[in-house]
Order: sequence, then structure tokens, then C-alpha cells
Amino acid sequence: MEVSRNNGALEITEIDPFLAELLRQIPASTKSESSPAAEARLFSSPAGPNEKELCAEWKVYVEPELRRHFQSATEVVEADLGQLRQNDKPFANGTLRIPHEHSEAWLNTLNQARLAIAAKYDFTEAELCDHYRSPIGSRRDLSLFQVNFYGFLQEFILREMDCGGTLPPNESTAA
Amino acid sequence: MQAFPEIFSVVESPAVTQETKSKEALDFPWNVVVHNDPVNLMSYVTMVFQKVFGYPREKAEMHMLEVHRKGRSILWSGVRERAELFVQQLHGYLLLATIEQIQ
Repeated sequence: MEVSRNNGALEITEIDPFLAELLRQIPASTKSESSPAAEARLFSSPAGPNEKELCAEWKVYVEPELRRHFQSATEVVEADLGQLRQNDKPFANGTLRIPHEHSEAWLNTLNQARLAIAAKYDFTEAELCDHYRSPIGSRRDLSLFQVNFYGFLQEFILREMDCGGTLPPNESTAA
Repeated sequence: MQAFPEIFSVVESPAVTQETKSKEALDFPWNVVVHNDPVNLMSYVTMVFQKVFGYPREKAEMHMLEVHRKGRSILWSGVRERAELFVQQLHGYLLLATIEQIQ
């Protein structure tokens, strides 16, 4: 897989079918409704337990707004991921182009997915920092890989936003 | 030497029918606190602090490192309504943030 800047967009090329599948799973991974732990993390309390009134009002007025905000970011990502379905050959490497103006939506959605997965599996800080863990031997290992892979993408998007797409277009990194 | 004894005798204290005070004047300030989360990237948290509070990178990084090392950092202090708005924005970026009143 190679990440580069190209005409104001982040271009990810040579995406193998395994990584393409992980990318396609981003929107589904943001779903927190079936997991109380994920739900609690994505919609955390705005104050301590003594502020009962504020917390109750937050649930009624702010939380629905946050849900709409998260959903709209996820829809942008879902539409971009449609590019990976346009591939005629199922085992060919894919290409994904993330326009600069979609960067915020991608950052948000990747964060939703990472937080929801980490909460569902209750990963420890030590596990999250173990970037050399291998091979993938269980669903838990795969989910940890997913969290780290999405984090890797976030880092690239952040760098792209930081530079505002002004660096030479041929700058690229392979992973 | 002049004296004004008559004046003092005719002025009466106004009757208070309704006492209104600004909520903000009564309140102690509120802190916007960001708590540590092992999942959020350090670079992401720095970017959020810059965007939400308009802090320069150095100040945003200083707060991010305080969150990382001490588990929490006070990002802003002031009136409750504004503090709530900041917390809402931080939750929009999925950071663990709360408001706390200064005791």
C-alpha cells in the first residue's frame, strides 16, 4: 500500500484485498448501539455524577446532535469507499482517493471506529501500544490491527491537513 | 455650615419586589477538563485543541502532553455556558471532556 498526495487529495494506491476489506468495514465499525461500552465511550458524560441536571439535558438536547454529526461524517466516508467497489477484478489491488475537503469527515469517522472497537474489546493501553504484535491469531488480534491501521491512516490525513496539500505532490510513503 | 436633616427623613428605601442577579455573577468559574484516552492519537488531540480553542501549536501540545502524562488538563476556565459549548465541541471530536466548577 502506498500513500501519496495528488492534486489536493490523499491517494492510497496498491491496497491489497485484505486492507481494502478493513477499509470497507470502517462505517460498520462505528456502530455502537449493540455495545454499551462503545456507546458510553462515543457519547461520554459532559460532567461528573453530581451534575445530574446537566447530564440529563445533555442526553436530550446535545446527544442527538452529536449522533447526527457522527452519522454525516460516516456518510461522507461511505461514499468515498464506494471507489473500492468499482474494481472489476475481485483480487486486484485497489486505489482510494480522499479529497482534501473530506479530511475532517475521515478523521472523525476513523476515530469513531477506533474508539468503538477499542471499547468493545476493552483493549489495555499496553495492547494499544504494542505495534509489533503478530501474527493475527484471533478476532481480538484482528480488531487490534484494525485500530492501529485506522490510526495509521489518521496520521497521514493529519499530516496532509497540516501541510494543506502544499508539499510536492510526489511525496509518498509505503506501508 | 449646611445641614440636610429634612432630606434624610423623607427618603424611603425602595420596596424590593423581585431580585434579579446574573447567574454568571453568582457562579464560580467553570473549568473545561480533558481526560486521558489511550486510543486518541497525540497529533489528533493537538489538532483538536488548536481548532476548538484557537491555541498555537506549542500551547496545544503542552496541554496534550499534560493530558497524556497527568491524565487530565484544564483547557479553559470561565462562564458555564461557554464551558458547556467547548465541551460539546470536544465531544464532537470524540475527546473525553467534562466541565467542573472551581470550588
